[in-house]
Amino acid sequence: MEICREDDALQISDLDPFLAELLRQIPLSANPDGAPAAEARLFSQPSAEKEIRAEWKSYVEPELRRLFRTASETVADDLAQLNGNEKSLSNCTLHIPIEHADAWLNTLNQARLVIATKYKFSEEELNDHNRSPIGSRRDLGLFQINFYGFLQEFILRELGGQAEGEPD
Amino acid sequence: MSAVNAVQFEKGSTSTVEAPVREKETRGEEELDLPWQVVVHNDPVNLMTYVTMVFQRVFGYPREKAERHMLEVHHKGRSILWSGVRERAEFYVQQLHGHLLLATLEKIN
Repeated sequence: MEICREDDALQISDLDPFLAELLRQIPLSANPDGAPAAEARLFSQPSAEKEIRAEWKSYVEPELRRLFRTASETVADDLAQLNGNEKSLSNCTLHIPIEHADAWLNTLNQARLVIATKYKFSEEELNDHNRSPIGSRRDLGLFQINFYGFLQEFILRELGGQAEGEPD
Repeated sequence: MSAVNAVQFEKGSTSTVEAPVREKETRGEEELDLPWQVVVHNDPVNLMTYVTMVFQRVFGYPREKAERHMLEVHHKGRSILWSGVRERAEFYVQQLHGHLLLATLEKIN
């Protein structure tokens, strides 16, 4: 797999079927449905105060759901480029417009949080980047978290100075 | 927080959350004027670089300041990112949740 920046797009090419499938799994992995703990993590409590929590539930949470869903749909639309014959994957290049970078960062983070919560990975496990081989669905989950983190790191590096804030 | 710099693989529109619309204001002015703080809590999943970028974007902090807060979250479990009026603090917490950070709004004692 190769990943690079080309003008106004991020490009992922030379994909093998396994990594292509992990990419396709991003939107599905970001969905917390059926996993209350993951749902609770994505929509965490903003305060210990009852009144704030009630207002948040009514006014803010629907906005957050809309934001996360929109980001996930953007990623799913980009990933439609991978639909087709598996044998042709090696010649397939996934183009991610740079204006979609925030949606990718958000959805990758959703996916990483949902997977980590579902499998209850400890901090030690999350920091063990050399764990191998993949022998179970749980191991695959940890690999997914690391792979999606690798993609996040690349996107963050390419966004670079765009995140620079104003001086104090 | 975690860093994935050690991960080895072969070769190697800004989204914002809109401010909530309130149908009716029910809080008194005195309560609104009390100081509040925006606290970010450690999460082993979020990448250090990602958290730093979010602090830069949400608060407009320069990279060095954003990194200082990120490291405080990482090492001490929490960091106070901002203090001030409740409405603004709520807005910041909302933005942080939009980036999936664990953030809370706390009244300053």
